[in-house]
Amino acid sequence: MDFNYLSWIIFLPAVGAILIAFLPGLSGRVIKWIAAVFTFVSLALSIYLFTIFDRAAEVIQFEEKLSWIPAINAHYHLGVDGLSLPLVILMALLGFLVVLISWKINLRSREYFAWLLLLETSILGVFCSLDLLLFFLFWEIEVIPMYFLISIWGTGRKEYSAIKYVVYTLFGSAMMLAGILSLYFTTGSLNMVEIAQGGLAMVQSVMPAAAIFLFLLIGFAVKLPVFPLHTWLPDAHTDAPTAVSVVLAGALLKMGGYGMLRICVGIFPAVAREYAFILVILAVVNVLYGAAVTLRQTDLKRLIAYSSISHMGYVLLGIFALGQVSMVGASLQMFSHGIITGLLFAMAGLVMHNAGERDLRKLGGLARQMPIIAVVFSVAGLGALGLPTTSGFAAEFLVFVGSFTSTTVAGIQIYTILGVLGIVITAGYILWMLQRVFYGQVLEQFKKARDADILERVYMFIFVAVIMLVGIYPAILTDIIKMGVMPIVRLLGG
Amino acid sequence: MLNLGLVIPELTLAATAILVILLDLFIKQKGWLAAVSIAGIVVAAGFTVAMWGGGLPSTLIFFNTLAVDNFALFFKLLFLVIAALIILASTDYVSKMARFQGEYYALVLLSALGMMLMAATAELISIYIALELASISLYALAGFLKDPKSTEASLKYLLLGAVASAVLLFGMALVFGFTGKTQLGEIAQAIQSLSLSGVLASPGLILGIVLMIAGFGFKIAAVPFHMWVPDVYEGAPTPITAYLSVASKAAGFAVILRVFYSAFGLPSWLSLDWGLIFAVLAAIGMTLGNVIALPQTNIKRMLGYSSIAQAGYLMVGLATVGLSPLADVVGRSGLLFFLASYALTNLGAFIAIIAISGKLDSDLISDYSGMGRRAPLLALALTLCLISLIGMPPAAGFMAKFYIFSGAVQQGLLWLVVIAVINSVISAYYYLRVVKVMWLGEPASKAKVPSSWALRLALAISCFGVLLLGIIPAYGMRLAEMAARMFGF
Repeated sequence: MDFNYLSWIIFLPAVGAILIAFLPGLSGRVIKWIAAVFTFVSLALSIYLFTIFDRAAEVIQFEEKLSWIPAINAHYHLGVDGLSLPLVILMALLGFLVVLISWKINLRSREYFAWLLLLETSILGVFCSLDLLLFFLFWEIEVIPMYFLISIWGTGRKEYSAIKYVVYTLFGSAMMLAGILSLYFTTGSLNMVEIAQGGLAMVQSVMPAAAIFLFLLIGFAVKLPVFPLHTWLPDAHTDAPTAVSVVLAGALLKMGGYGMLRICVGIFPAVAREYAFILVILAVVNVLYGAAVTLRQTDLKRLIAYSSISHMGYVLLGIFALGQVSMVGASLQMFSHGIITGLLFAMAGLVMHNAGERDLRKLGGLARQMPIIAVVFSVAGLGALGLPTTSGFAAEFLVFVGSFTSTTVAGIQIYTILGVLGIVITAGYILWMLQRVFYGQVLEQFKKARDADILERVYMFIFVAVIMLVGIYPAILTDIIKMGVMPIVRLLGG
Repeated sequence: MLNLGLVIPELTLAATAILVILLDLFIKQKGWLAAVSIAGIVVAAGFTVAMWGGGLPSTLIFFNTLAVDNFALFFKLLFLVIAALIILASTDYVSKMARFQGEYYALVLLSALGMMLMAATAELISIYIALELASISLYALAGFLKDPKSTEASLKYLLLGAVASAVLLFGMALVFGFTGKTQLGEIAQAIQSLSLSGVLASPGLILGIVLMIAGFGFKIAAVPFHMWVPDVYEGAPTPITAYLSVASKAAGFAVILRVFYSAFGLPSWLSLDWGLIFAVLAAIGMTLGNVIALPQTNIKRMLGYSSIAQAGYLMVGLATVGLSPLADVVGRSGLLFFLASYALTNLGAFIAIIAISGKLDSDLISDYSGMGRRAPLLALALTLCLISLIGMPPAAGFMAKFYIFSGAVQQGLLWLVVIAVINSVISAYYYLRVVKVMWLGEPASKAKVPSSWALRLALAISCFGVLLLGIIPAYGMRLAEMAARMFGF
C-alpha cells in the first residue's frame, strides 16, 4: 500500500488551515469554500478507508512508520484498528459538518477557519498515533486552537472559560507527560502496540505500574471528563461558539475515552482489573450526578453540556466493566454520543441564532415557527435518551448488557443497575427541554423566528441519517470495534 | 603547546571587534559596522563548523587550559548564532543612537568572545578571566541607554556581578587550596585520590564547591541569586536583555557543566551531592520564577522572571547529570538541546518585542492590545515563541522539555519532573495572558507596526529554528548528543 491514507486524512485540514491563514486577499466566501473542500476530501478519504478496511482482522491497518527522533526512539507511527477507525470517521465527519455549521461566521473568519481546521488535524492525529510522543504532541496541539476559538468567538464569560479549559487540560497533560516519561523509561519504547503486546514484563519496577497508570488516567479523566475533574466542561461548552461545542462534545471528549481504553486498559490490564471498581463507582457518580445537575439547568447549552457528563459516565462504565461487550458498547457510545450531542449542540445553536434566546424559561412554542428544527431536535433528543432505532439505544444497550454480564469486576451488577437509573432521569430532562422549547403557547417575541435554511437542512439530514444508520444496523461499526477490543480482552484474560 | 590553528574562531572574532572599533573612526555610514560584525561572525562560524567532529580528539591546548572538543564547538556555534541575531536585531535600535555605535557592536562581539572562551576553558583561572571578559562587556552594554533606568540596571548588574565573581573566586581558591591544582582534570584526580574520610575532614573543599555553585548561579539566574534579573532586564536596552537572557545563561551552563562534570564528577557520592543541590535549586527556581511572573505587567520584567523559571528547568538537566553515571550521555545532551531551543525561542520573543516596543515605545503588556490585527505576523511569531516557552508543540520548547525530563525520570527524579510539569501549567497562565491581549484586545490605534528587514530576518530565522527543532528535532538532538559525548576535560 503506497498511498499514505492516514497522513492525508490528518494533514489535509492543516494544509487548508495554512492556505487560509497565509494566502493574501481571500474573501470570506473563498475561505469557507477552502475549508469545506479540504475537510470534505479528508472525510471522503476516511470513508473510503472504512470501505477497504479489513473488517475481520485484529491487527493495526494502514500503518505508516518513519523514524522521527532516533535519540529517544520516537517514530512517526500511524495506524488504525477497530478502536480508532470509528473515531477517525467521527472526527472527519464532524470536521466537515462544523464548517457547514459555521457558514454564517463572518467575524475574523480567516483566523476562525484556520484554527478550526488545525483543531481537526490535531484530534485526528490523536486517534491515529501509535507512538506515545506523537500522541502526546497531537494531544497538546489541540489546546491552542481551542483556546482561541472559545475566547474570540464565544459568548458570555468566554475568556474565563477558555483559560479554565486550558489550565485543566494542561494540568491533565502534565500528569500524562509524567506518565508517558515513566512508561518510556520502564519499557524503553514509545510504541503503544509494542508496549501493549510485550506487557509490562520488562518493567524494572522503579515505581509501581499503578503509579504510571494513575498519572495517565488523570490526563484522560480530565478530558472525558470524570467527576470531580469535570468542572471545565459546562463552562467551555456553554461559552464556546456552536461549531466548537459540536467538536468539543463530539470528538474532543472521546480522546479521553479512547486513551483510557487503548493506553490505560490496553497497557496496564492487571492494574485496570485491580482498580476497576473505583472507576466504575466514579462512572455511576458521573451518570447520576451529571443527570441530576442537568435537570436543574435553565440554559439550553448548559443543559446539553451537563448531559454530556452523564453520557460519558456510560463510556467510563463500559470501559472499566472490562467485559468484551461492555467495551464494544463504550466505544460505540463514544461514536453515537459524538453524533447525537453534536446534533443537539448544532440545533441549540440554531435555536439561539434564529430565536435570539437560549434561556429555557423564556423559550416556548417554537415548533410553530421552526417545525424542521423541532423535529430534528426531537430526533437528537430521543437518540440521547436511547430510543430504539437510534444509535443511542444500540450503544447504551450494549454498555448495560455488557457491564451486567461482565465477570471481571465484583458487584458490577449493582453499579450497572444504578447506572440504568440515569436513563430515567435523561428521559426526564430531554422531554422537559423539548417541551419547554418547542411546545406550549406561541410567544409574541418569536413570531418572526425563521426555520432552518437549505444548508442547515443538509447537515441536519446527514446527522440524522448517521444516527439512524447506526441505530438500525449497529453491526456496521460493532464488527470492527469488536476486532479492536479483542486484543485487550485477551490481555485481561477474560 | 601553542596551536593557534585551533583558536581561529576566537581570533577572528577578536580581530573583528578591533576592526569595528577602528572603522568606527573613519566610516560615516554606521550601518556598515553591523555588516562587518556579521561578516566576522559568519567567518568565525565557518571555522567553527569546519572544526566540528572531524576526528579531532578532545585536544587541550595552551598548557591544558583550553579544550577544543565538540562540546566547546557546539557552544561556540550557539554563541555566534546568538550574537549574529542580536546584531541583526539591534540595527534599528542602534541607528537611533547618536554616538558609540561602533562600541556597541564591538562590545557585543567581545562578550561573545568571552562566552566562547568560557565554554572552552578547562582551568579555573582562565575560566575566571573568560567570565570577566564576557561580564564586563555586558555591564557596559546594560548601561548603554544612559537613562536613569538603564544606568541603575547597569550599576546593579555590576555590583551584584562583582560580588558573585568574588564569591566564585573564593570558591575556586578553596578548591585550589585543597587539591593544589587549577586544571579541571588534575583537580578530578586529586579529589579521587582523597579518601572519603579525607574529604570529610576537609569541609573547605565542599564549601568551595558550594561557593562556586553560588558564583555560577548568579550567571544563570538561579534562585536565590536572581535578584538582579528583573531590574536589569527591564532597564537594559531590549536587544541586550535578549542577549543576557540567552547567551549569558548558556555560557553559565556551559561552564557549570564542564567544571562539575570534569572536576567533581567522581566519586559518585560527590556528584550525587551537587546533583541534589541543583535539583533543589531547580525546584525552587522554577516555582518562584513562575509564581512571581504571574502578576507582572511589564513584558520585559515578565520574561525576566520567566527566564528564572527556565533556568530552573535547565537545572533539572544539571541534576540529572549529577545523578547519572559518568558515561551516561542523556542528561548532558538534554541540557544542550534545551539550551539551544531556549536560545532560539527567547531570542524570537525578544526580537518581536523589540519590533513592537520600538513602535509603541512601551513595554507594558496592556499596550500590546490588538497587536494581532495591527501586526499579524509579529504577533504570530511572538505567539509561537510564547507557546514554545510554555513547552507546547509544535514548538521547540516541547521537545526540549520532553528530552530533558525523560533523562531526569531515568535518574529517579520523577518528583522533580512532576514539579516541573505542574510549573509549566502555571507558566501557561502568564504567557497566554500576553497572547490573549494581542489577539483578543481592541487595538489602541489602527497604525501598522513597521519593522526593518534586518529585524524581520532575525525573527524569521529564530522562528524557523523554533519550528524546526519542534517538529524534526532529530538532527539537533544528534548534534547535542555528539557534543555531549566528545567532552574531554
